[in-house]
Amino acid sequence: MRRLAPRPALLAASTAAVAVALIPLVYLAVRTAEAGWDRIAAELWTDRVGLLALRSLGLAAVVTAGCVLLGVGTAFLVTRTDLPARRMFAVLASLPLAVPTYIAAFSWVSAMPRLEGFWPAALVLTLCSYPYVLLPVAAALRGADPAQEEVSRSLGRSGWQTFTAVTLRQIRPATAAGALLVALYVLADFGAVSILRADTFTRAIFIAFDLGFDRTGALVLSSVLVVLTLLLLTGETATRRRGARYAQLGGARRPALRLSLGAARWPVVAGLLGVAGLALGVPAVSLARRLVAGVSRPGALPEVLAAAGNSLTVSLAGAALTMLLALPLGLLAARAPGPLATLLDRLAYLSHALPGVVVGLSLIFFGINVAYPLYQTRWLLALAYATHFLPLAVGAVLGAAAQSPARLEEVARSLGRGPWTVLRTVTLPLVLPGIGAGAALVFLASMKELPATLLLRPTGMNTLATELWTSTAVGAYAAAAPYAALLVAISALPTWLLVARSGLLDKEKTA
Amino acid sequence: MSDVVLGGVVKHYGRVTALAGVDVSVPSGQLTAVLGPSGCGKTTLLRCLAGFERLDAGEIHIDGTRVAGGGRHLPAHRRNIAVVPQEGALFPHLSVADNVGYGLDRAARRSDRVEEVLALVGLAGYGGRMPHQLSGGQQQRVAVARALAPRPSVVLLDEPFSALDAGLRAGLRHDVREALRADGATGVLVTHDQGEALSVADKVVVLRDGRVVQAAAPTTVYREPADAWVAGFVGDAVLLPAVVEQGAARTALGVVPVTGVVADGPVTVLVRPEQVRFAAGPDAVTATVLRHDFHGHDALVGLRLADGTRITARILDGGAAVPLGGEVTVQLDGAARAFPAQAGPDLATSPLVDLTA
Repeated sequence: MRRLAPRPALLAASTAAVAVALIPLVYLAVRTAEAGWDRIAAELWTDRVGLLALRSLGLAAVVTAGCVLLGVGTAFLVTRTDLPARRMFAVLASLPLAVPTYIAAFSWVSAMPRLEGFWPAALVLTLCSYPYVLLPVAAALRGADPAQEEVSRSLGRSGWQTFTAVTLRQIRPATAAGALLVALYVLADFGAVSILRADTFTRAIFIAFDLGFDRTGALVLSSVLVVLTLLLLTGETATRRRGARYAQLGGARRPALRLSLGAARWPVVAGLLGVAGLALGVPAVSLARRLVAGVSRPGALPEVLAAAGNSLTVSLAGAALTMLLALPLGLLAARAPGPLATLLDRLAYLSHALPGVVVGLSLIFFGINVAYPLYQTRWLLALAYATHFLPLAVGAVLGAAAQSPARLEEVARSLGRGPWTVLRTVTLPLVLPGIGAGAALVFLASMKELPATLLLRPTGMNTLATELWTSTAVGAYAAAAPYAALLVAISALPTWLLVARSGLLDKEKTA
Repeated sequence: MSDVVLGGVVKHYGRVTALAGVDVSVPSGQLTAVLGPSGCGKTTLLRCLAGFERLDAGEIHIDGTRVAGGGRHLPAHRRNIAVVPQEGALFPHLSVADNVGYGLDRAARRSDRVEEVLALVGLAGYGGRMPHQLSGGQQQRVAVARALAPRPSVVLLDEPFSALDAGLRAGLRHDVREALRADGATGVLVTHDQGEALSVADKVVVLRDGRVVQAAAPTTVYREPADAWVAGFVGDAVLLPAVVEQGAARTALGVVPVTGVVADGPVTVLVRPEQVRFAAGPDAVTATVLRHDFHGHDALVGLRLADGTRITARILDGGAAVPLGGEVTVQLDGAARAFPAQAGPDLATSPLVDLTA
């Protein structure tokens, strides 16, 4: 394989990028170790930590189970049955991805101000997260080889037996991957559990640090959360590896047999509409109701504009920094794949899985103790975005590099063009759109990030997400509404890309 | 127009030896085919020639100038060698005309060279299209035109027809051959398809396990293969044990004149199925019909001789009634190629032994 740059340079740049991405994790470990075992033990073996762990894991379990039921069921209904208006339901079922959990929680609270606790949080998180199961399972159902089901039917198995013996097995890797993703997100979620006052690790960490100034307590809680996250992450990696075997089922695509819903048709439609109503209708109505009051509030516009400006600049800086780190990693993985590239990629992913509140916390300590000039500047916040969203950008660079295979560059070289000319006339025109899309993705993700932004923003700087948070905390729901509406609009674009890519929108080929 | 000479070229990938000392000469203005089974090192040879890989030993000369070896590695873009990859690899963001003009300097791009080479490959007037608007065969034609445009010393074709379906392939390879000839270009075609190599090349280089087994004109490779393996690789082969006495071999099919090894003693002889003729006469031997594979333009007939030897005959009147289990008389036509005698199991490497089983 020919490489874009000499390999040692690429490798050094990649290693540096991963080192930056790992700052939060490493710094957390260092600080926790410094606290000393006795302090850690004293903080750790308390009823409160036990209760927190129980509640966090319980919440993750309940939400994951709910998401699997809702996600697999809906995926099956929209891909394999004669449900009326299937594409519309497919889109409706994916749209909750565009509602950040803290905005969903805000909209429920602003509609029913006394809503709080474990079960409301579980409900809101399930309604926001089930597309994470739905999308991969729907893709697996569409991609699965219908010949296997046909063979099963031809060998005398009934439709239901075939569904349990063949279809469910075909989608098991996708379901497991989606479920673990949901569990990871629930453990990391900060906004929804905080707004709904469900006491989990993330909320406890934030309170310990922000209100109690209890650094050791916050550190220890963070470490426990990180350990739980790593356990889930190991599981997720394992299913991804196993899933590859199932994904090989290729062949010509043709639509599978569709199950006729018969008399169950209209109850099913009503059920799907009900879920959509809860997941989308409640936020939409609640937001719309508050928005009128919020926009007409005196002085609203300048505040919103200032916050939007801050969000914009800090997210742009974050996206630029992220792409800078992602370029060598993505190029290394694309052009010099191997165990080393895989390891670096995995390490970068590790930081992505860290809850935002942990990333924020470790970077505060890092800023105070190691990089003081950065402390209380936007650059530290940009660094948090970069470490948190690096894998998004690496994926985009990797995909973009595939748009310009080494083959094309070789042909260009053989036609007498030197390396720089080839870079300018072939490689860059082909990869830039993909890299731009990656940067846009990171930019949008940074815009709606909440916990790390809350912890790391310079004093007095408000972004869209923090303004929403502050207003909600004091019950100023109308004031929060414009921020919420803007953030939903910002989240809609990447969601749309995700839905379009999942193939749910593709027109069915008629056999 | 240039001669390309590779001498003792060695290339390792880790512990795998892809090329174990390859000597090839590519005559100027001709099309040379590098033929071999997958994994024989033919693609590595092409990549070394193009300058995409560094040699571990050996030298490559183009027109008497050393471009690789002996501490020298002229980068790909200075070698004046243009490649046509398997899947065409057109630049997707450039029009057909811009693809073809990619290797030309500004002045040449404005001349009619682009239109000239497009006409050569039968795509005059297609310059304004984008690659995705073309069929697979047309994309391959553009890739050939793009390689020809800057008048390179050598055009390297890396299995350029293998992704196309059979009907398209025959027509395209003929057209490409004609385009190269009309432009006076020197070509190297890498392929695993013996029919392709024999039909379009002026010279065939047979590669196996990183070594050249034979390099000769297509007719020579077919009629006088270097060994039994080459014989079976380039075509259907019937290998018979025989004994040579005074320049003629005694086989189960009678006595035939031989080429190749002519010392008296036991040998293995190669005859092609088309040399086995259905005929009656004093020299004819009786055979039992085991099998009849009809191919339309001809047919392969599996036969068993009186001593149990199984052979194959190719008959042009493929539809002729040949009774299975019935008896026919056959005789050999022309000379047979003799190789040093092989033990029985080696004969099984011939793809046709199984046919009559």
